[in-house]
Amino acid sequence: MPMRPGLKRSLATFACATALAFPAEAMTIYVSNEKGNSISVIDGDSLEVTDTVEVGNRPRGIALGKDHRFLYICASDDDHIQVMDTESLEVVGTLPSGPDPELLVISPDGKRLYVANEDDNLVTVIDLESGTKVAEIPVGVEPEGMGVSPDGKTIVNTSETTNMAHFIDADTFEITGNVLVDQRPRIAEFTADGAEVWVSAEIGGTVSVIDAESLEIKKKISFSVPGLQPEALQPVGVRILKDRSKAFVALGPANRVAVIDAQSYEVTDYVLVGQRVWQLELSPDETQLFSSNGVSNDITLIDVERERARKSIPVGSYPWGIAIKP
Amino acid sequence: MLKRLLTTAGFILASLAMGPAAAAIDLPIVFLTRAEEPRLPLSFVDPVVEDPGVWGARLAIKDNQTTGGFLGHNYELVEVVVPAGADIAAVFAEQIAAGGRLFIADLARDDLLVIAQHPEAANTLIFNGRVADDDLRRTTCFPQVFHTALSRAMRADALVQFLVWKKWTELFILAGSTEGDQAYAEAIRRAARKFGAEIVAEDSYAYSPIARRTDSGHIQVQSQMPLATQAADDDYDVLIAIDENEIFGEYLPFNSYAARPVAGTHGLVPMSWHRVQEQWGSTQIQRRFTEVAGRWMEERDYAAWLGVRALGEAVTRTNGGDVVALRAYLRSADFALGGFKGVGLSFRPWNQQMRQPVLLVNKRVLVSVSPQAGFLHQRTPLDSLGFDEPETDCALQ
Repeated sequence: MPMRPGLKRSLATFACATALAFPAEAMTIYVSNEKGNSISVIDGDSLEVTDTVEVGNRPRGIALGKDHRFLYICASDDDHIQVMDTESLEVVGTLPSGPDPELLVISPDGKRLYVANEDDNLVTVIDLESGTKVAEIPVGVEPEGMGVSPDGKTIVNTSETTNMAHFIDADTFEITGNVLVDQRPRIAEFTADGAEVWVSAEIGGTVSVIDAESLEIKKKISFSVPGLQPEALQPVGVRILKDRSKAFVALGPANRVAVIDAQSYEVTDYVLVGQRVWQLELSPDETQLFSSNGVSNDITLIDVERERARKSIPVGSYPWGIAIKP
Repeated sequence: MLKRLLTTAGFILASLAMGPAAAAIDLPIVFLTRAEEPRLPLSFVDPVVEDPGVWGARLAIKDNQTTGGFLGHNYELVEVVVPAGADIAAVFAEQIAAGGRLFIADLARDDLLVIAQHPEAANTLIFNGRVADDDLRRTTCFPQVFHTALSRAMRADALVQFLVWKKWTELFILAGSTEGDQAYAEAIRRAARKFGAEIVAEDSYAYSPIARRTDSGHIQVQSQMPLATQAADDDYDVLIAIDENEIFGEYLPFNSYAARPVAGTHGLVPMSWHRVQEQWGSTQIQRRFTEVAGRWMEERDYAAWLGVRALGEAVTRTNGGDVVALRAYLRSADFALGGFKGVGLSFRPWNQQMRQPVLLVNKRVLVSVSPQAGFLHQRTPLDSLGFDEPETDCALQ
């Protein structure tokens, strides 16, 4: 088939760029499908779904343990956390969580799991070795987002109806500070140096950058897309590059991921992805970002350097959380 | 019990952690309702709702107290049930004398008007969680009254937008004869003009209240309803049933003369809240509500919840209980309340009606939510529902 020389050249350039941007690595991407009650397993090279694992009811937040052997899954409607073996792809156990677990985070040393229980206004602390609940920390109404500092000493929880980020001492389980943010805070994400916590407010439409020392809001980031009503801009998932050059914020029904200069806090671009983008996850080498698109039943791969959507991968029904194994 | 202890411990820890905070602020919120016989639904599947309204306020006050615990704001719900026949003006004055400034009015129109026009009402805030009358959003507005209940116009606009989106634009209205039914029919006519639907026929259903329980009721229903719905032959798309008092509307689906869907007060119903709603995180509030109230959350509960939470949000953000400051914040563009409907809820400054998406439910599942895609508005699509600024005489400052 004859090809126009120009097109051929641009295809070749594209292939070359792709090879440069995405060095071969055998990573695996896990996506929870909220309505599908399953985990889609995607091969990082072929970017195709290789397995679909049936799990508990309404799987939402997922996270990998420290050695990446187990995937922890909030089975929200089953009121517990499921543990999936990433080798055998079988659910091998459950952990207590309290009712309706939504998001979880694992301590940097891999020993503890922190989970928010929306129904009971509690953050539950689970010891992963013994599989037992070691503490319940009362927080605001409808706790949701969970973040943990890189040194493991501070946990941050957001409560959606109280509209606060609660800073919690990971040794004493005492609340050390409460920061009022905008309506319906969803995600708390520490920068790699531990200096800042970024908190997205879905209804407020902002991301508050909180100084982790002084607990003061040093910047409130707002979003604006021509032609879109302000209420469609609903920040949820947040990911920040380790060197703090860039941050990415998923904007829900705006169907876009915002790119932010994480030094100046200026929004530099909006990347169009799928519909109702919830959560984000970076590949281990931080060259690729994946977004879960709840309504269009797919995830989108974004080239971090070029800030462009590269490919959308169909997954199960209502994809929600993403975790990536190197 | 354990949970309560833990929660208390949390508050103490939290307040210790916050260090010497400003002096605590006491915020009594008065929930005002009148003793009434419960309304019996025609269907035995629908529960007879006990104490509608107050449970929403009770849940919201708990939500406010949790937040207030971190900030030194002490909320208290004062529940007042005015006995049938008693003078509400006196009760209202008593509450003001006792220090009440913030009121949730779960009241019928006449009672709401009495307290809104009360000489001592000036330095209060009253949240109407029940009365849907459009004139209270269009001609008779009060600076201290905020509406968290839907107006009839908002319901009608939400429903007709959906029908227009479906291209089911030829409507046949069958309305009861009460004032409320007539007002709802007028709201449907207005919505049809506004969004390009057409009322192709209208009829009224004259009735007197009937027993809902008879030994062979369906036989008469099966022959009466086709007769009552013959006015439009089969030359229409949707039968709009308007029966706010639960007297005949429930009988219309599958009993109409022509094979047509039913919408309005029955069939597909525009509502501020219903148990079928599980989107936008509302699983949590539905569960929390059922846990405390032992029943589903009804529209009056939701409206009361919104009122108490709106006050809580205004107190949190202004860090005080001053009525003038609260009112200014509630009316401002900064105010946004999460109400489990996917967008922030706010008040229209001209008539202080809460902007909110309207659920379209068939009481089994959520069918849709208005505003519908494509119904645009220069301010927010939510303002395509109900009376917009140029359409009202109210210009509250």
